[in-house]
Amino acid sequence: MSTLELRAIQKSFEQTHVIHGVDLQVAHGEFVVFVGPSGCGKSTLLRMIAGLDSPTSGDLLIDGEKVNAISAADRGCAMVFQSYALYPHMSVYANMAFGLENAKVPKAEITQKVNEAAALLRLDTMLERKPTQLSGGQRQRVAIGRAIVRNPKIFLFDEPLSNLDAELRVSMRAELRELHQRLGATMVYVTHDQVEAMTMADKIVVLRAGRIEQVGTPQALYEAPANVFVAGFIGSPRMNFIPAATARTAATLAGNVPAQAQQVGIRPEHWLLCEPGEGLAFEVKAAEYLGAQRLLQGQLVDGTRVEVLIDGERSPQVGETLHISTRADRLHAFDAQEQRMTQVTA
Amino acid sequence: MKSLRFLWLTRGRQKLHWTDVLSYAYLVAGLFVMFAPVLWLVVSSFKTESAISQFPPTFLPYSQKTVVVAGHDKPLPLFKVAGEGGQVRELAQVSRIGIMATMVDPAKPSDTVQVNIRERVPVNELKLATSNYTDLFGKFTFGAYLWNSVFITVVATLLTLLFNSMAAFALSKYQFKGQKAVFLLIIATLMIPPTIILVPVFLVINSVGLLNSLWGVILPAVATPTGVFLLRQYMLTIPDELIEAARMDHASEWRIYWRIVLPLSAPALAVLAIFSVMWRWNDFLLPLIVLSKSEFFTLQLALNSFQGELNTQWHYLLAMTVITLLPVTLVFAFLQRYITTGIASAGVK
Repeated sequence: MSTLELRAIQKSFEQTHVIHGVDLQVAHGEFVVFVGPSGCGKSTLLRMIAGLDSPTSGDLLIDGEKVNAISAADRGCAMVFQSYALYPHMSVYANMAFGLENAKVPKAEITQKVNEAAALLRLDTMLERKPTQLSGGQRQRVAIGRAIVRNPKIFLFDEPLSNLDAELRVSMRAELRELHQRLGATMVYVTHDQVEAMTMADKIVVLRAGRIEQVGTPQALYEAPANVFVAGFIGSPRMNFIPAATARTAATLAGNVPAQAQQVGIRPEHWLLCEPGEGLAFEVKAAEYLGAQRLLQGQLVDGTRVEVLIDGERSPQVGETLHISTRADRLHAFDAQEQRMTQVTA
Repeated sequence: MKSLRFLWLTRGRQKLHWTDVLSYAYLVAGLFVMFAPVLWLVVSSFKTESAISQFPPTFLPYSQKTVVVAGHDKPLPLFKVAGEGGQVRELAQVSRIGIMATMVDPAKPSDTVQVNIRERVPVNELKLATSNYTDLFGKFTFGAYLWNSVFITVVATLLTLLFNSMAAFALSKYQFKGQKAVFLLIIATLMIPPTIILVPVFLVINSVGLLNSLWGVILPAVATPTGVFLLRQYMLTIPDELIEAARMDHASEWRIYWRIVLPLSAPALAVLAIFSVMWRWNDFLLPLIVLSKSEFFTLQLALNSFQGELNTQWHYLLAMTVITLLPVTLVFAFLQRYITTGIASAGVK
C-alpha cells in the first residue's frame, strides 16, 4: 500500500508565495496528473513530495505517516526528471544500478533487478552504452528504469515527455499507461499539456497560481468543469465563452441559461446546426479541414469569437452565416465569480 | 596530416599573399627568439666541459677525437701535425710541457716526437657527451633531488585537486549563508603577492616543526584560490538535477561528490592538475626558505646551489637544467588541449 496525502501545504520562496494551501489525497495505485499553466506551482508541489524542497507549512503524509522531516532518499519515492538527469559518465547499467549500490544491495541482486527492468523497457541490448549514445526515447526509458529498479512506493514524473517529438510522445504515453497497469504503483505525473493529462490520468488535479482549481476524473472535468479556468483549460479545441445575454437571445438556449449567469460555455464539438431563428447566427471567417471534422472560426452577431466543430463532409463557405445551438446538458453556465452554476434542467 | 596542412596555410591561393610573407616572417622570428635559447641549452648540455669553455663557441657538440695507443692506459687526444715535408700526420699527444708536446704516431707507438703546440690542430669529431647525464645519477645526490621534486609535485597536486574540488563543490552546489562572502574571500587572496606572506608562512612552518620537511613545502601550497575559482565555475555548469537525482538515488553527499561531481569535472581538474604540476615543479622561493639541508633539496634548489662562487660545472648544470625542463614540457605538450578547452569551458557557461 502506498497512499499520499497533502494537508494544507504552503510554500514560499522568500517573499513570493508559490503554493497557497493545497489539500489532496491520492489512493494506492492511482495515476494522478498535476496539470496547469507554467508557473502554477505543479513542479514545486512535486519536488516537495519528492523531498527536494520542504513545504513552508502543512503536512505531507505517505502511507499515513508524516514525512516532512524525512530526507528525499528515505521517502521511498523515485523521480523521473524533465531533463532525465542521467549520469552522463556512466553506462546505462551503471545509471540504473547507482541507486541500488548506494542502498548497499548485494551485487547479484542488483544485476538481477537491472536486467529485469531493462527487459521490461527493452533496454537489454544497450546496457553498456552511455546516455549520449541513446536517442531521446531511449534516454527516457533509462530514466524510468532507474526509477523502477528501486521499487519505490510512489513514482514521480516531472514533465517527462516534454523533450520528445510529437510522435514519440504519443507512443510513450501509451507505454507509461501500460507500465502503470503492470506495476500497479502510485504515480504522480506533472504536465502542462492537458491532452497528456486527459489521456493518462485516473485523476486530474488542475492547478492555477498555487491553488487547486478542481480535482476529478478526466470525464468529470470535461463534463462538469468547476469554473471558467478549468473549462477553458481542459478540452481541445478550447471551450467557447459567450455572454449570458447573447445566449438568451437564442430561442433554444434561453431556457437553459440561469438568471444569475454571467457567461455560458459551449465546447466547439457540442454545437449543433439548426434552423434560422432557433439558435445563434454565426458568420464563418475561416475553416480548417481536419479530415473527419472541420473547425470553423467565426463570430456571433455581437462580435464574440466562436469556434465550431462540424462534420468534415459539410463545407460552408467563408462569409456564410450558419445557425448554431446546443443541447441543454452541454451548456455550462458560470456566475459572476466565474464559478459553475448548478445545471437547470429544462 | 591535418595539422601539417594547417602549418602551411596561406592566404593567397596560388601565389603567396604579402600578408603570408609578413606573418610567416613574424612567426619564424618569434620561433627563433623563443626557441633558440632552449635549443642552445639542449645542444650545449651534450658538450664536454672543455667544449663549453671553448672560444669561439661551436653550435654543435664537438669534442676532440681520442685514440688508444699501445703502452698507454688512457685514450690519448689526437692532433693534426704539419711535418717538414708539408704532409699532415695524425699524432696522439702523450704529454705536454710548456709549449712543447710529446707526441706519438698511433701506428708506431714506440717512436715519440717533440712538437711545438702551435704547429698542431686538434682533431674534432661530433660526439654527444652523454656522460653529462649519466654522471649526474652517480654523482652528487641528484637522484635524491629528483625524488624530492617528484614527491612534492605529485603529492601537492593530488592534495590540491582534492581540497580545491571539495571547496568548489560546496561553493557551487550548496546554498548557505555567507556563501558569496566565503567565495569572495578566497578570490581576494589572489590580490596578495606571495612574497608578502613569505615570512608569516615561514614562521608558521617553523612553529609546527615542518622546517626541512617536504611536507613544509607541500601543505602551504595545497589551497589555491585559482583552483577553487576554476573548479567552481566549471561545477556551476553541472546541472542541479543530476545532484537531485543522485540524492533521490540514496547517495550520500560524499558519494555525490565522489561519483558524480568529480568525474564530471574532469576537464577542469585536468587544467588544474597541469597548472599545479607546473607551479610545484618550478617553485623556488618556498622550497628555498623551507628546505635548507641539501638532502631535502628539490631540483630547482640543487640547480641554484650548483652555481658555485668560484667554480661552476657548467656541463652538469646544463644537463640538469634540461632534465628539470623536461616534465613541464611534456605535461604541456600532451595536455595543452585540456588547458585551452578547460579554460574556455570554465569561463563561459
